Amino acid sequence: MIEARGLVKRYGPTTAVDNLSFDVLPRTVTGFLGPNGAGKSTTMRMIIGLDRPDGGLVKVGGKSYHDLRSPLREVGALLEAKAFHPGRTARAHLTALAASNSIPKRRVDEVLGITGLGKAAGRRAGKFSLGMAQRLGIAAALLGDPAVLLLDEPVNGLDPEGIRWIRNLLKNLAAEGRTVLVSSHLISEVAQTADQLIVVGRGRLLAQTTVAELSARGNSLEEAFFSLTEGSAEYSASNMSYQGSPS
Amino acid sequence: MTTATLDRAGTHAASRSYGFRSTATMEWLKLRSVRSTPAILGIFSAGMIGLSILVLKNEHYSSMSAADRATFDPTNDGFTGLILGQLAFGVLGVLAITSEFSSGMIRSTLAAVPRRPLLLAAKAAVAGAVMLVAGEVLAFLTFVIGQAALGSSAPHATLGQPGVLRAVLMAGAFPVLIGLIGLGLGAIIRNTAAAISALVGLIFVIPLILVPLGEHLHQEIGKFMPLIMASNSLVAVKPVPGSLTPAVAFGLLCLYALAALGAGGWLLSRRDA
Repeated sequence: MIEARGLVKRYGPTTAVDNLSFDVLPRTVTGFLGPNGAGKSTTMRMIIGLDRPDGGLVKVGGKSYHDLRSPLREVGALLEAKAFHPGRTARAHLTALAASNSIPKRRVDEVLGITGLGKAAGRRAGKFSLGMAQRLGIAAALLGDPAVLLLDEPVNGLDPEGIRWIRNLLKNLAAEGRTVLVSSHLISEVAQTADQLIVVGRGRLLAQTTVAELSARGNSLEEAFFSLTEGSAEYSASNMSYQGSPS
Repeated sequence: MTTATLDRAGTHAASRSYGFRSTATMEWLKLRSVRSTPAILGIFSAGMIGLSILVLKNEHYSSMSAADRATFDPTNDGFTGLILGQLAFGVLGVLAITSEFSSGMIRSTLAAVPRRPLLLAAKAAVAGAVMLVAGEVLAFLTFVIGQAALGSSAPHATLGQPGVLRAVLMAGAFPVLIGLIGLGLGAIIRNTAAAISALVGLIFVIPLILVPLGEHLHQEIGKFMPLIMASNSLVAVKPVPGSLTPAVAFGLLCLYALAALGAGGWLLSRRDA
């Protein structure tokens, strides 16, 4: 379970996250939706303590991330595709991370197996394709067998096979009783796996709802999503008026 | 497909808090699994031993003036390689943290170890221990090989002579302290190129800037510069006039390293990763 209360994050004059409150429940996949620049990544970074909120607080399993005794065993996060040293092998990367939280070595081979990286484990991660890098990130997130998982745009740049793999993985993780938060800017992608939705725009909560509820609001799910996020896109077409003079 | 191949009770029953020991284990595994570590240790070894042979083999004691003979210090001369050695370990210290920022690894690391001062302390302990072992082994090797390369007409240094053992031990410890200063600078600056530039500025450029200020100022300020502290105090068996005592120089360098690491740890905690 993740509880955010009044989260605020400012970067200079820009307010990236503006008084954001939501709950992410276990046993279900929650889609974290919003246009680019809506504050999704910033929020996820605050959940795992990489960024310090300017206001409000966020708790994971009832605790601030900073106070977790063994963070990797409680929260697994994939926040960017390449959060590893390119010169280190996949196995060395995972072995080092596992050691930090006293996770047994055999778990490294297990997550390599789960993510299908077994044969690539001895290769330098810098040579990995984006899809393999993404799998390595997921392997790291699964290392501590955590009850809470955060994934920021996990299907970005993946081929159809990889996308299908992630969808099944997320569904299974939730079915096992875990809390799963997945961000995306594509409602159609999130609807494939998520039941619960948190929709944000310009750092504010636009709706905490379900896929079923949202699709009942319009002719289609996408239409309902667009009418919800209208006006909160970073670059809106209506702002780019045609300046040429007709001749 | 199943993800729960490990029974949760099994991992979580043994769940204990991460701490200095587990974090240091991670840092040790990281340090030994990148190619830059053996490369830097290789450069360090080659620089220390190579320059010692080069310098001591070319000492012409028999043709020296009486004044030169009086200040002839074969121990000190044999550690000319520290000029290169300090840079090698300084870079190792910088890379121990800036490579994490440049690659994005820092996000994985901080997700595993959210207590940032603890992380920097573990990095300092592991990198410091590796450098200290390598530094001391190389200092003794360099001393023995250097004295063997010195021509037979010149007086040789032995570990039993006063001050020689201290000089050799300090020759191993000095580059470690520069490495820790590098780690602190890396935590403060976070960018590899900028942090290495700052390190080079500190250990090579500032002493050069002092030269045109005249001999008096050069000596008065210069005696607080790391490399001058090393060559005039730490590894000097014959005291150089106007320089700090070895104990004071060593203490001061430890303070520099602590200050750099303290500032680095403080900024690491305050800033977003």
